[in-house]
Amino acid sequence: MKCDLVVVGAGPAGSMTAKAAAEAGLDVVMLEKRQEIGDPVRCAEGVSKAALKKMVELDPVWISAEVKGARIWGPDGTEIVMSEDRAGAEVGYVLERKVFDRALAQQAAEAGAKVMVKTRALGLLHEGGVPSGISAAFVGESLKIEAPLIIGADGVESKVGRWAGIDTALKPKDIETCAQFLLQDEKIDDEYCEFYLGNDIAPGGYVWSFPKGDKLANVGIGVLGSKANSGTPIRLLREFVKKQFPEGKVLEMMVGGVPVSGPIETTTADGVILVGDAARQSDPITGGGIINAMRAGVMAGEIAADLVPKGEVDKKSLQVYEKRWRETIGKSITRNFAVKEFFVDLTDDDLNHLIHSLDGVDVAELDLKGLLKVLLRQNPKLLLKLRHLIV
Amino acid sequence: MLSVNRYKCGYCGACVGVCPAAALELVETWIEVSDDCTRCGRCTKICPLGALELIKEAKT
Repeated sequence: MKCDLVVVGAGPAGSMTAKAAAEAGLDVVMLEKRQEIGDPVRCAEGVSKAALKKMVELDPVWISAEVKGARIWGPDGTEIVMSEDRAGAEVGYVLERKVFDRALAQQAAEAGAKVMVKTRALGLLHEGGVPSGISAAFVGESLKIEAPLIIGADGVESKVGRWAGIDTALKPKDIETCAQFLLQDEKIDDEYCEFYLGNDIAPGGYVWSFPKGDKLANVGIGVLGSKANSGTPIRLLREFVKKQFPEGKVLEMMVGGVPVSGPIETTTADGVILVGDAARQSDPITGGGIINAMRAGVMAGEIAADLVPKGEVDKKSLQVYEKRWRETIGKSITRNFAVKEFFVDLTDDDLNHLIHSLDGVDVAELDLKGLLKVLLRQNPKLLLKLRHLIV
Repeated sequence: MLSVNRYKCGYCGACVGVCPAAALELVETWIEVSDDCTRCGRCTKICPLGALELIKEAKT
């Protein structure tokens, strides 16, 4: 099989890449190793309303719930309430990823991309020392797909970059290890996303509750890999649920790893571009990755459509992609990585102190950056190291 | 050797993402371990469900 572009992985990053490239006229093949796109889910499913609207025309069937705002709980139980359109990229809609991911793949298909499920990439093909396609297993049968450019949209477990010589291995301090329940409980707040902080609750991470409608919520935990041990996330999540939602009923269980490494050195190689979680483009503070993945996907797809017909797919030509994503989504990823590096080592006393410092401050209208600014103003000494990051 | 309890495993791929040797692979609902595994144990600490374990090999 021959085409202009092979996309490995049919999550939001892959589908947006495939759609953008196909719309611009490329002959695109998108591979998905699972037999069902979007399932099993490994995501808390929160997404900014405004950011999503900029990317695609919304279909209400993707959306489980719309939220009014976010509540952040300190280790001692003190609460901060932030309103919906300002609380950062992860509050607004709670999606149904199983439906959403497949809809995006469908849009890529409608744009002309060929989609192949249960098709796992096994390695790069080479010709004259440069990648010339993908060897794959299509429902267990060997298949070669020749293409001048390969997109690695293969998620946290990405292999495409490694095959091309990019070391994407995440250090324990650069991954949040996560577990989540789809929980039914009368105590679920259907209108707010909630975040619980504390070193006993979630070392180097947080517990979340994102409503899915009708007293259902994704209640999950992220623990920083360097602070975790075998099975820590599921153990701490069970403890949290037992305390907070003792009557809660678990309707689904999800697990996953979220890159919080900040921008990696390179996301391109000769004939290869990485997008989304594979490029470690998820947000290091919130762990949110959908919007960044979609934006990077559109950039990669458009750039592919421009460069493939010209035959310019060497690493040097692909720098236009590096430049474009680093100057846009890369800026907040870089800043939030530095903020995260600082916050993960705060004690519970520090965290309580920070939250108490907001007493009497109206934070309802703040976004994440605004909140950090206020925190900095109220706690100049404690947050001295962050001063240069937040202006 | 590295042992994967496939009855515990939630096939999320977190272990694959941290493996410095690229020795792990997530295939559908299970994890495959290649000969490149150096038994460093990084994946065992990352697994959200505790499905991975380093087991001492019996002397032969």
